[in-house]
This record gives sequence, structure tokens and C-alpha cells, in this order.
Amino acid sequence: MQRAYQGRNRSTAIFLLLLAVFTLVVTLLSEGVGIGMVSTSFVKTLGKTLCLALVAISMDLVWGYAGILSLGHFAFFGLGGYMIGMWLMYERTREIVVTSLADAPIPPTAQEVSDAVANQIFGVVGTAEFPLIWTFADSLFAQLLLVVLVPGILAGVFGWLAFRSRVAGVYLSILTQAMTLALSLYLFQNDNGLRGNNGLSGLQNIPGLTEVPQALVSVWFFWGAAFALAAGYLLSVWVVSGKFGSVLRGIRDDEARVRFLGYPVEAYKLVLFAGTACLAGIAGALYYPQAGIINPAELAPIASIYLAVWVAIGGRGRLYGAVIGAGFVSLVSSWFTGGQAPDVPLGFYTIKWVDWWLVVLGLSFVLVTLFAPKGIGGLFDLLERRIAPDRHGADLGPDQGALREKEASE
Amino acid sequence: MKNLLLAVLAVAMSCTLLHAQEAPMQTILQEQSALILDNSRRTVAPAIAAVSDSGLPQAQDVLQAWQAKNLWQRSADRLFFRGEKVEGKTYALYDFDSGEVVGEAPSSELKQIKPNSGIRALIGSALVRFQLQDPDPKRRLAALTSVQRNPSAEVLPSLRESLAEESDPEILAMKQRAERLLTMAYDADEDQRIAAMSEMSGDLGVDVRATLNPMLSTRRAVFEGPPPDTLNIPETLVPGETIGVTEAYDTLVAANLVPARVTADEVRNALAEHIVGGTVGGVPVHRLDDPDIRLQAYAALAQEGKVPPAPDTAQIAQALAAHSFVKVYLEPSARVTDAASEALDTIALTVGANQTFDLILDGLSLTSIYFLAAIGLAITFGVMGVINMAHGEFIMMGAYTGYVVQQIVPNHTASILLAIPLAFAVTFAAGVLMERLVIRWLYNRPLETLLATFGVSIALQQLAKNIFGTQARPLTSPSWLDGAWVINDVVAISYIRIAIFVLAVFFLCVYLFIMRRTRLGLETRAVTQNPSMAASMGINLNKVNMMTFGLGSGIAGVAGVAIGLFAKVTSELGSDYIVQSFMTVVVGGVGNIWGTLAGAAMIGFLQKGIEWFNPSNTLAAQTFMIVFIIMFIQFRPRGIIALKGRAAGD
Repeated sequence: MQRAYQGRNRSTAIFLLLLAVFTLVVTLLSEGVGIGMVSTSFVKTLGKTLCLALVAISMDLVWGYAGILSLGHFAFFGLGGYMIGMWLMYERTREIVVTSLADAPIPPTAQEVSDAVANQIFGVVGTAEFPLIWTFADSLFAQLLLVVLVPGILAGVFGWLAFRSRVAGVYLSILTQAMTLALSLYLFQNDNGLRGNNGLSGLQNIPGLTEVPQALVSVWFFWGAAFALAAGYLLSVWVVSGKFGSVLRGIRDDEARVRFLGYPVEAYKLVLFAGTACLAGIAGALYYPQAGIINPAELAPIASIYLAVWVAIGGRGRLYGAVIGAGFVSLVSSWFTGGQAPDVPLGFYTIKWVDWWLVVLGLSFVLVTLFAPKGIGGLFDLLERRIAPDRHGADLGPDQGALREKEASE
Repeated sequence: MKNLLLAVLAVAMSCTLLHAQEAPMQTILQEQSALILDNSRRTVAPAIAAVSDSGLPQAQDVLQAWQAKNLWQRSADRLFFRGEKVEGKTYALYDFDSGEVVGEAPSSELKQIKPNSGIRALIGSALVRFQLQDPDPKRRLAALTSVQRNPSAEVLPSLRESLAEESDPEILAMKQRAERLLTMAYDADEDQRIAAMSEMSGDLGVDVRATLNPMLSTRRAVFEGPPPDTLNIPETLVPGETIGVTEAYDTLVAANLVPARVTADEVRNALAEHIVGGTVGGVPVHRLDDPDIRLQAYAALAQEGKVPPAPDTAQIAQALAAHSFVKVYLEPSARVTDAASEALDTIALTVGANQTFDLILDGLSLTSIYFLAAIGLAITFGVMGVINMAHGEFIMMGAYTGYVVQQIVPNHTASILLAIPLAFAVTFAAGVLMERLVIRWLYNRPLETLLATFGVSIALQQLAKNIFGTQARPLTSPSWLDGAWVINDVVAISYIRIAIFVLAVFFLCVYLFIMRRTRLGLETRAVTQNPSMAASMGINLNKVNMMTFGLGSGIAGVAGVAIGLFAKVTSELGSDYIVQSFMTVVVGGVGNIWGTLAGAAMIGFLQKGIEWFNPSNTLAAQTFMIVFIIMFIQFRPRGIIALKGRAAGD
């Protein structure tokens, strides 16, 4: 079965090959190990884009394969970032504090070190004590575990509550959006123990690697992100190609029918929802050390909606579509909003892309939704001349995929 | 010759006598001259009293001149005058009794009386008496305000004296109130104070509480053994229970009863100072990273007498056991403090009742805001089932329409009246356009609608940013909506909020009228329940959908004008309300306007209620509210008012 699937879908092999080539090329051109044609900051941008591609894959799994339009996956991504950020910030500050206290006439006690670290980290929000949630901040292993557990458990509890009361479709979307809003509002408070709207900063300084130049660290993170993307892609391919994946597509196309066939629909959805949240958390944990700073604005509901935009433009229901969408849209966005795109003089008005890019993105998004529901990924179908059979009516899209236009209107 | 001399002397003497009769104030000043010139706060009081009690109309002038450092003494004859600078160092001298200029003199021939701030305060309270009886009501009012700001025991008699003379009923009422408050605080007679307190105990004024609260202020006192009975003691403190052990011990230290504690920082500094050849008190320095070992080293140093010994736990416990800690009222009379706390309790109860009422008003106004923001969605989402993520941007569009109208029509009343229909028209058109171009292709595909309208939403938001800039634009309400309806010191509601409430009720009625009494409403309901059946009855689906969507969008635009009146108009205005609006509709129950109303009420009151627990943190209130709503939907997935039967649709 597995073999047959891979035989029918060369996309996985092609994707992995392209990813490997891409990684190799970037490595050879980087400042850290290669000939220095690609700047360190651009290596970081590319590394971050790979992480965004990973979270887009997790979004594609819940939305494209199971029909759950989650507007909360970028919040899980951010939570992963916060979890690794706590360790990075704690260890880094502790290193600095220990160095500065080494000159004192009397060696510091453990309590003194911890107080000084707390003072350094929480001085900006007016406290000098470690909140309870920083209990494990001194342990890399524990925080790495939390990167997976915190998003996973949050998604698990939320999903369990939502799915068991049969909240589905747009209601679920709105509910996940509310969850994201609540989370970001919570993080915005100064007394929550995560430094409020200051967020966590200085994350690009990896503890223990202070001697290593950022050029090299950026390449390492790039490799890490590429590896995580490859692994996440393979995992996702494996998940959606087996029986589990078939049930998921069944749920997407007709949930009631799958339930009547005897499948525990809620359990399937819950496992997928929580699992993809973990994947998003891992992506976030790789992203924010490259970004260097995380603050609650990153978790705002709008970010999760952009995630949906990427997946939709790239093409839902195919994993490489999500990667293409995330890579294409986020790189093009940063090109336009970074002021690199040339202005368009119209004589009476000059179009500055910094101002107009979002308008173009918004409208092109509408156009994609209306005229190309398959997104950019649909182009590959044309390439392979894979034409959908004429079923007397237009495709209604993945969320009601089994229904044809004719059926739906009845 | 001798006769002549006698005659001259007699004339001179009569002159002096005449002078005394014609210049009574000067006489008084001459009598008090020694005290005035002494210029000491401790001794000057009789001089001030002599002037102010003289009963002369000039007394006020003298005191004012004295207070303003304008009182001068002529060195030649030691007479007092009011001096006014003419030019350079020359002063015009005004006689107090006649009020006329009697001459000019250079400052070298004069002596200025310069009262210090203490004396000026004494003069000030003597002056109050005159000011409170001033013929000019404005000055009486100003004097009363200063009495209210700086109450003191001295002004009480003057205030009481002025009550009888007061002609203005408003000022009289204020004076009587001030007199009651001063009586509570400063009257010498305890019964009077208690009577005043029980009289004012139903009063909600902040001033009453501000007068009563200091009477109950306490200090902490320490006694060896039990405290004396003579003190007015509300509470005995038990170390470890009602007072922390460290805090109790520090109180003892502050009273110089026990040796000071040695803090961890002091231990570290003391150790650092006494490092001798890599060891401190026999302990190698590198082992000092443990607090216990540090204490050992410190104890060793203390035994050598190099540092003061640190009291250990047993000593601290012993010291605490030997002393009693109490709170003592600064007010010595127990009857007064009892009456004050009783009055405060009564006031607290009344205030609580009024605050609850105020909270209800606040909740009601928030409810109407949410309802107004959500009523358009109740039509597009609730009735038609279209998820319009650009709904918030329609609200924003309405607000910006109001702003643009105000730029053209300067009269605020006219511009608001014009803005409301115009905002409706603009957003109606935008809604119809969006329905025609985007939404109608996506019926039956709700998730895609969500995404497409979201695309419209980001485009519109950025467009607004490009046109109007990122800074907030003001939408000024007409002046008759300024201010608030103040019921008492606790309960007040601004007129804008009342207007929004009225607007919300109005749109509720409009909705009900359109849905239940018009052809469009009938057709909309028919199309919602069964589109194909409705179509076969001859209803034009396209037209009905278009009109209904336009109606919902138009109402959103009007809501935007209302919201813009109290919030700043920015391009993010809409996105601030979009999640709450959807929550309102979902919580209330889709497809039912009463549900939307119930949802708005629940969200509004809930948010205000949570804010009441923690007023400083509105973010927390919103967070908890959303979490609560998520939980609520678990138990009633279809909302508060769920449609039943066929109307439910599925």
C-alpha cells in the first residue's frame, strides 16, 4: 500500500530532493560556511520561511485533510516559541549574571544568582521574582518537552471540549479565533509572568554558543529547520496516506456518514488537532531563536488567519501546496513590504508597495478563492494533465468535497 | 511764654487724642506693635486676634496686607501703613483707617513686616471669617472652597458665625454641609461630633468619607507586657498571624527595644569586609556560596567581636513573646471611633447599592454597544448564514463616513444627523457590491466565504490606512451629547451612552419591523428557511439576498458612526469588534434577534462584572470573558435562544 502510494505520488520524493538541493545551495552560498553570497540575515529569513512552511503543513493537515478551519494554529506556533524562549532567555541571562558576579569578593549563593536573573528578566514589568511557570526554565530538556506539551495539551483540551459538543464548520473557526484572541490578550498582560507586551527578547543569542558567530549559528538553524521540515513532511505524508488519512478525508467530505460507519470521528479529529498543534509548536521553537524576539502581537488572531491564507493560496489538501503557499506568500510579502519592490508611478499617483501590498494580497486572495480553489498547487495538476472527471457541476471545495454543485443545491 | 508752651502742649495732646479716636486701627496696631515686630509664630496669635476681633471694617485690609507682606512701619513715627511700590525703592503709604495715601517714603525709611509661612497660615484662617461674610458671593464661595480643601478646627467658629448672615440659599446649603463635616472632625464636644456623624451617615458624598476615614486611622504601637487600658485600641496583633514575624520584629527594632536583624545582604557585605588571607572567620572564601555556611562564618566573626551579633530565631521568638503589638486609633475617644465606623458602614452599604446600580448601567451601555455592533451580523450571519469577516470593516467605513461628513459640515448636530443616513447608504452600497461580486458565488461554501471576506477585510483595512493615515481621526459628538447625567456621587452615565442605548433600541425596532411587517422580511425568512421552495413561489433569490446583505451592512455602517463617537476612528476600529460581534451572535443563538440581544447582554454584563473584580485590568476581563464564552458554548452549542424545529434548518 505504502509502496503503491509512493508510486502514484512522486511529489514526496521530488519535494525532498528539491529541499535537499535548496539546503545545499543556500549552505554553499552562505556567509557562515560557504562563499558568502547570501547574507546572514537572508539565511535567517530563509530558515524562518522553512519554519513557516512547517506550520503551514500542520495547518494543511487540519484544514485541507480534515476540513477543520482552525484559526488558532499560529497561536500554538507562538506558544512553542515562548516555551523555548523561556529557556534561552533564562540561560543567557544566567550566564551574564554569573560572569558579572564572578568578580564579587564572595562567591554568590544559588539564591542570589536566581534573584539577580529574575531581576534582569522581570525588571521591565516591575517584579523581581520568578513566576511559577518559569519553574522548568533552567532545564533545556524540560522546556523542549513543553514546546510539544503546552500546545498539545491546550489543543487537546480545547479540541475535546469543542468536538464533543459537535461544534464544527464556521462555528469552530470562530471559536478557535476566540481562543487565539483570549491567549494573546492574556499574554499582553504584564503580570502574567511572560513579560507582557515586552515579550521575550535576545533569543538569537544561544547560551553556550556566545563565541560562535551568528553567521554560523544561522546556518545551523537553517539546517535544523530544513531537517524539521523534511521530517514533518514525511510524517504528514505517512499520516495522510494510510487508513487514518482516508478516514480524515472521509470526515472532511461527510462527517455524519463516517460517524454512521462506526468511526469515532471525535477521536480522529482530536488526535489530529492536538498532533498538528505539537507540530506547530516545534516549528515555532525553531522560528523564534532565528527571529530573536517574540511578543504577544505575534499570536494575534490575524496571524492565524494569514496562515490560512498561505495554505489556501498554495493549495489545500496537498502538502507541497502548503509549503509553496507559505514560502511564496511570506517571501513575496517581505519583498514588497520591505521596501525593495520598485514604486509604480502612475503620473497622478505613485503606488508605494509598502502601502498597497496588503490591498493586492487581500484582493488576490479573494480571486484565488473564487477562481482557483486549488491554489498554486493546482498548476501541477495541469502540468500532469490530471483532469478531474466531468461530474456535471463545479467542485465545491474540500469542506464539502463529496458534494457536487448539483447535490449541494438540493 | 510758659502759657504759650502749655497751650501748644495742650493742642498737641488733643491732636494725639483726636488721632486715637479717628484712627482706631492704628491704635490697635500700636498696642500690638511689639508682638507684630517680634514676628514669631508662637507669640503672634494675640495680635492677630486683636485685629480680627476689633469689629472694625478695616480689619480685613490689615490682615490681607499683613499676609501679602505689604505691611510697612515708618521708622520715624513707628506708624503702620499699607505700602505699595511706586517706582524704584519708593513706596506709597496708605493709612488703614482713612484708606488714603498719606505720603511716600523710600524703603530705607521704612521697615517691612515679613511674616513667615506659619504666621501667614494663622492670618489666613483669621481672614476666612471676613471672607466668609464678604458681600461678594464669588469671594464667599472661594473662601468656602478653601475651607473645604484645608479644613481645620480654627475656621469652625467663623463658619458657624457666617451661617446666620448668609443670604444666597445655594452657598448656605454648602456652608451648612461644610459646617457638619467640620463638626464631625473638629468640634470640641464629643456628643456634637457623634450627632453630626449619625446625621451624615446616609450621605454618599466623597467628602463625608474623606472626613470620616482619617478619624479611623491607626498607628502601630509596641508595649512590654499588655497595653494600657487608656488607649483606644481596635485590634491586638499576633505575630505570625495578623502580622508577619519579620515585620513585628522590625517594629521592635524601630522602637529601639531589641538589636537589629542582620539581613542576607548585610551578612555578605560584613563577610566581604573581613576577608583575611582567603578565609573569613575560619571558613575558606570559596565555600561561602551556601547561606548556612555564611551564617556560620558570620557567627564566628561575631564571637570575635568584629561584627554585631545577629539575633537567632529563638531570640526573635522570645522578644516577640515579651511584647504586645497593637493598633491604636489616633483619635482617643472610643465613642467617636465607634460612631465613625458605624457611619462608614452605613455609607458603605448605600455606596454598594448605588455601585451595583451603576454597574448595571455600565453593563447596559456595553450591551447596547455590542448589540449595535452585532445587529448587522445578526442579519448577514444569523439570518443568511454568511460569514462576513469584513463586517468590522463596514463598521469602520461608517465611522470614516461620519468623519468625512464632519469635515464638510462643520455643525456637529447637523453633521451627525447627516452622517447616519449617509453611512447607511455607503455601507449598504458596499455590502451589495460585495454580495454581487464575491459572496453569491460562495453560498453553500461557508469556509470559503470566511476566507474571501477576510481577503476583502485586509484590503479594505489597508485601503483605509492609505487614505486616512494611521493616526486616529476624531468624530466629535454634538455639544448636547457632552457631559453626563449625574444622579449622585456614585451613579453617573454619559449622554453619549444613553444615545447609543436609544440607537440600539431603535435598530432593534427597525429590525423587528422589517423582518415581521414588510415584504422583504417575509421573503428573507422564506429564502432562509428553504431557498428552492421560496424560488418556486416566485421570490427572486438574487434580489432578496442582495437586499438583505445590504441591509445588514448598512446597519453596521450606522453602528460605526455611533462607535466612532466614543472610540477613536482608526482603520483597526472594526477588527476590535469583529470577534466580539461573532461571539455575540453565536452565544445568543443564530437566526434570532432576541438571541443576539441576550448574547450582547451576557457579554456586556459579564465583562463589566469581571472588570468590577479587577478594575485596573480590562485585558484580564476580556480574557476571562472569552474563556467563559468558550465554556458556555460547550453547554449550549446552539446559543442561549436556540431555534427549534424546521426553522433550525438542519
